[in-house]
Amino acid sequence: MAETFTVEIDDINGPYWAGLRKGVLQYQACDCGYRWLPPRKLCPSCLGTGWRWETASGEGTIRSWVVYHTAYHPDFKDRLPYNVAIVRLAEGPQLIANIAAPHEALRVGAGVRLQPDMSRAQPIALFALHPWY
Amino acid sequence: MRGKYVIAGIGHTAFGKLGLDTVTLNTLACQAALQDAGVEKGAVDALFVKGPTSSKELLYGQKVSEALGIQPRWGGAWDQGGAANITLIDMAMMAIETGQCEVALVTFADNPRSGSRAAYARPRGNDAVYGWLSTAAGYGMIHQAHVAEYGTPPEAFAAFALAARSHGARNPHAQLRKAISLDDYLASPWVVEPLRRDDCCLVSDGAAAVVVMSARRAQALGVRQPAPILGIGGGQTSYDVHLRDVLTSTQAVQSGRMAFEMAGIRPQDIDVAQIYDCFTVTALMTLEDYGFCPKGGALDFVRDGQIEHGGRLPVNTAGGLLSETGMPGMQLILEGVRQVRGTANLQVPKVRHSLVSNQGGTMHTHSTLILGG
Repeated sequence: MAETFTVEIDDINGPYWAGLRKGVLQYQACDCGYRWLPPRKLCPSCLGTGWRWETASGEGTIRSWVVYHTAYHPDFKDRLPYNVAIVRLAEGPQLIANIAAPHEALRVGAGVRLQPDMSRAQPIALFALHPWY
Repeated sequence: MRGKYVIAGIGHTAFGKLGLDTVTLNTLACQAALQDAGVEKGAVDALFVKGPTSSKELLYGQKVSEALGIQPRWGGAWDQGGAANITLIDMAMMAIETGQCEVALVTFADNPRSGSRAAYARPRGNDAVYGWLSTAAGYGMIHQAHVAEYGTPPEAFAAFALAARSHGARNPHAQLRKAISLDDYLASPWVVEPLRRDDCCLVSDGAAAVVVMSARRAQALGVRQPAPILGIGGGQTSYDVHLRDVLTSTQAVQSGRMAFEMAGIRPQDIDVAQIYDCFTVTALMTLEDYGFCPKGGALDFVRDGQIEHGGRLPVNTAGGLLSETGMPGMQLILEGVRQVRGTANLQVPKVRHSLVSNQGGTMHTHSTLILGG
């Protein structure tokens, strides 16, 4: 797939994408106890700056998923049909991701494990279904 | 506030592929609404505009005022997605209540069918690298979650599409005048699975507008068919769909509660409803969240023609977003008013309470309007 869509890296999300280049998924965790993605300068709960990057275990569950049969951009035409899922990490934050699995195996609530797609210049968060699903 | 304000006039352009700019479309709809109310444009001292979805322009509300040749004291454009139409009626009521203005126009126009549809295919930030594009996909996530949580069968989504398409087929102004069967629905191709083509609203050019004023003012001006506003409400979640804790509930809960409380009625008192149907899941969840049926109980409520004309609660009697026009919501308000006036194409007998829902974003925003007969 051509990579027309590339991530826009800035001061705030730089560490997140740098983490994926090393094969790890990070989220922000605040002293107030709140954890979140996507990256922000201020904690959306306490509005403070007392947060740090933490590395996710890579375990998560599928909240929901869709399969595209329409290419909303020519870059995705060759990939049809492809899935996009909402994954909730074991630590709480949620993110958009792709699942490396046959579409008929996808289920809401299914357990998934991080398996970053390192074939790309900027790796993205790909998840594999747990074998027992 | 119950009954203190009215919708004094309604107007709209043709729907479909028009090849006109949005300022002209807004002007035509406002002109028609003022004519319907029997009010001169010189009486308008507030202009509330829901900006076009397909283009964002600075000071857009002022451009529409200029085209109308008016200088309203209150005016501007508001972005809240499809909930904005009813919200702007709410804001007009508040502005009149505080003495800031007396006669308000609320208007919307867009031309994505002859212009650009890019807004509906938009890349969703950095997540576009995952292929996360389009408005439809966000609703697909919600549809999937509803099916997983409640076992909602395709027949439930189909029932709403069938009702809207059946009503739209009989509306001479509708863009898509073709009724469908359950088999047609089931055979319609995936767009973003689990959404079929027939779950998705139309893409349309067009404009619609309403005139809002106090009931007292309407009487003084000799407005012929004012539609009293009995209840109005709103609600919003700020978080994008993939960050939400709950995917299967909408702000219709909050918005509906406000509107029903103000009107002093319950869902079973509603005679006819125009339910925002950008996608069929939106409409089913709105019916559940307003309390017409229990959560997950949409199928039993919509099956067997119960929401069709002649049924227990006729919905989207002009065809809604699925059939009349894909316009994000103002056309539903116009049909709600017609049902109260007794002038609808598919008129429901003896309407005492006519409900309209609007919502926007990916179920980010919701607004509710209850009109009285």
